[in-house]
Amino acid sequence: MPAIVGVGYSGFNANTPDLSWKEIMYEAAVRAYEDAGIDPRKDVDSFITCAEDFYEGFAIFDEFVPDQLGAVLKPTCTVCADFLYGLATAYMQIESGLAEIAVVEAHSKASDIKTFGEVIRHAMDPIWLKGVTNAHPYYLAALEMSYYMNKYSITQEAIAEVVVKNKRNALLNDSAPYGAKLTVEYALKSPFVFYPMRKIEIAERADGAIVFVVASDEMARKITDSPVWIKGVGWWSETSNYDTMSFEARYAYKSAKMAYRMAGIENPSKEIDIAEVDDRFAFKEIQHIVALQLAGKYDVCDLMSEGYFARNGSLPVNVSGGNLGVGNLLEATGGQKALEIVIQLRGEAGRRQVDCEIGVAQAWRYIPTASGAVAVFGV
Amino acid sequence: MAVGRKKISCPPYAEGTALSERDISERRVTFFEDHPNLVYSWTAGQAMSRFLNELKNGKLIATKCEKCGRIIFPPRIYCELCYKPIDGWVYVKDTGTVQTFSISYIDPDARPLEKPVIVAVIAVDGASPNMGIMHILGEVEPEKVYIGMRVKAVWKPENEREGAITDIKYWKPLEG
Amino acid sequence: MEVEIVKGLKFHKKQDVAIVGAGMTTFKRRLLETGKELSYFAVKQALEEAGLDIKDIEMVVMGSAPDAFDGTALKGEYLLDGAGGSDRPYLRVFVGGGTGVFAPIAGYWHVASGLADVCLVVCEEKMSCCHPHPQSAFKYIWDPILDRPLKPNLIWIFALEMRRYMHVNNIRHEDIALVSVKNKANALDHPCAQVAEKITVEDVLNSEPMALPVRRLDVSPPSDGAAALIMVAPHIARQLTDEPVWVTGVGWALDTTHWTNRDLYFPRYVAEAAKMAYRMAHITDPRKQIDVAEPYDPFDYKELHHMEGLGLAKKGEAPILTREGVTARDGDLPVCPSGGLLGVGNPISAGMGVKACEIYWQLAYRAGKRQVAKEVTTGVCQAWGDLMQVGTVMVMSNKR
Repeated sequence: MPAIVGVGYSGFNANTPDLSWKEIMYEAAVRAYEDAGIDPRKDVDSFITCAEDFYEGFAIFDEFVPDQLGAVLKPTCTVCADFLYGLATAYMQIESGLAEIAVVEAHSKASDIKTFGEVIRHAMDPIWLKGVTNAHPYYLAALEMSYYMNKYSITQEAIAEVVVKNKRNALLNDSAPYGAKLTVEYALKSPFVFYPMRKIEIAERADGAIVFVVASDEMARKITDSPVWIKGVGWWSETSNYDTMSFEARYAYKSAKMAYRMAGIENPSKEIDIAEVDDRFAFKEIQHIVALQLAGKYDVCDLMSEGYFARNGSLPVNVSGGNLGVGNLLEATGGQKALEIVIQLRGEAGRRQVDCEIGVAQAWRYIPTASGAVAVFGV
Repeated sequence: MAVGRKKISCPPYAEGTALSERDISERRVTFFEDHPNLVYSWTAGQAMSRFLNELKNGKLIATKCEKCGRIIFPPRIYCELCYKPIDGWVYVKDTGTVQTFSISYIDPDARPLEKPVIVAVIAVDGASPNMGIMHILGEVEPEKVYIGMRVKAVWKPENEREGAITDIKYWKPLEG
Repeated sequence: MEVEIVKGLKFHKKQDVAIVGAGMTTFKRRLLETGKELSYFAVKQALEEAGLDIKDIEMVVMGSAPDAFDGTALKGEYLLDGAGGSDRPYLRVFVGGGTGVFAPIAGYWHVASGLADVCLVVCEEKMSCCHPHPQSAFKYIWDPILDRPLKPNLIWIFALEMRRYMHVNNIRHEDIALVSVKNKANALDHPCAQVAEKITVEDVLNSEPMALPVRRLDVSPPSDGAAALIMVAPHIARQLTDEPVWVTGVGWALDTTHWTNRDLYFPRYVAEAAKMAYRMAHITDPRKQIDVAEPYDPFDYKELHHMEGLGLAKKGEAPILTREGVTARDGDLPVCPSGGLLGVGNPISAGMGVKACEIYWQLAYRAGKRQVAKEVTTGVCQAWGDLMQVGTVMVMSNKR
């Protein structure tokens, strides 16, 4: 199976006034190539970038990609989805023999987008959703939150615990800009901006770039002593219609099922050591933990309050600080999740190190979609 | 698995209902109109910031890569062929040679222009061969333009320059 | 760790890939149906031809060009239910105009990696949503600092490239116009064609100037449309048909963003992509071993430009082959027998219908009136995109 042989990243910051997006990509790529010990002009067979036109502000984004990755006149493509989809693409390209070494890249220059709410609104169905209201599209997530909380009796306290845990974890992460030491009482005083969603539960945007170097089985053993194996990948889309979505993160459940099957994992809550899930809205962490089969849906609130998912708990979730601590990295969100798992598995996480051998990274494609991807890594 | 149920002997068959421009302008079909307001403000970054500041001073600047020996224009902080950071900045001249050109009769929204615009790729003197930029030609009749023509930049007056590629109004033929 | 990496792709795949069905909608300047509905029509046709049901599809790949046309951000997500992506692994790929042949390449690696046995590839485009003119969306492909302030139109790059191509190879516009005449005439036999007509070289040379040397009849029109392909593993292909068409080679390459730093007379990005695809398909002499070709022809000179990039003609020789009738439907190397984008229409990525799908239909001997006269075994289709940057190539064969 393919393995990760090098990682590099640039960021993550709330704003990057001195570097253009090309330059943060270059920095992340150079670091990744150094980590892997390769020369992109000679060794890399395929480059994959994960970008959405409207997040970048260009009509055809992959035009602007090759130079800073070292991909001039080489096979390069764009996958319009999250980083983990790009990782799945690299996996497939390597398994089809089209590449021995592939590079996956994603970045976020959210500080360049002045009208973020408009971009999200532009993604809504033009006939059924767009004209309904002028409110900021975050209400779509709030509707889902209301349904989920009601159905499974998720308490406001449990969600506040998620915020407190992740922001506290971010304080030990040098690259997380939004760390803070909070209490549950403080979090519960945060105003309702889209009832029942509080202001503090929404992840702020951040900039950053992440590059991974992926190699085939044979090549990985040659290049490095410590490859991190991609044991399984999965991705899934429910539907594009907002009104028929499950609102229970079924995309995460299905994509995790696909990835676990590939990885040979039958009992995730026992076999997974560490997880990084998408928490760009705090309730989503709970939803995704359940969907990834890491805890039962009626147990998760109690487990959260007991510290089961804390850094020193039995199944640490979002040790890096999650999106609440690191920021909403748009399509690079899955990249930050995978990055954390890889660093943890290699034993390079410093003060936030957790003892682990198998980790799972999961990402969602943000509102108004019901699609997501999962990757399982192991050493 | 549904097996062997082929009904088509000569694909494809055309499906789809064509509309005319009047169907839309006269509202004979139902449609939804939206005018999104999407604003982006890209950070220029290290290389482009220097480039734009030099334009304000009336100068063109390029970067140099020692490994392949190229003088790279427009400037960037890395050489994409050697894949390494560049080694220095070098001024280039504001004269050049026309590599290719075209005479355009349409504007960006595909509407006809009153006066045709002459656009060309100009390889700048002082940079490596073929290091061109796209720009407009002026003070010349469309029929007189040819590949290989020598041209010089015509700048806006200093107080009107704002640090953009349009600080050069156009390029005109070099006499002699 | 300093290690001598000895590289050499051997293209070992888990399983071969066959195409068993294809479909496309009509291409017109404006279509009433939404993007989802167009995708549905194309997928329905492909499933009918293959003899499959939507339940049998395991994964879906969508190829669709700039979101700006359809008027929806995250366009892939919006289209997914019309394209059969509901409740399935669904992915969207995008390399500008090259998507028409790149989406099938993505479908190829879904099956060749062993992760899926049946993969549906859909391409859809609805350019007419963009007002005042689809061209307006192309304002945003340019570099915001170097190009956009000059108010460029997309046709400018083509005009600059065409002038350079004509200058370096000493070719007259008359010879290039023959391509437009040929393709528009070929398209008269295509049921989905938008601008099929019988024209002459004089008509082309006298048509309205857009950005000289490009004139109106040198250009393909903007269109709405969709196309679909079904790719399967060998054991499934065996159950469905006696004559699957195999994908024998794929290749793609992307050139530098700084297109003004390149000599535009030769598409080296197509040559690189073709090199990869030919090596996989064991083709050493393309001119002799390829029986039918569908290079990307958004402009008439582009067909010639790409023929040279694909190695089907030596540099500067492609117009001679056209003039001598070699590339006609009954010639020795038929090029664009469907009528191509010039004759049928150019809905950017849905051009897959006249590129990849056409080669499939030709090799399966199911192209009806468009079927080329000679016997065909191997065909190549190619697409181009971005700012003169992307080449995507796929080689197919009806013998394994």
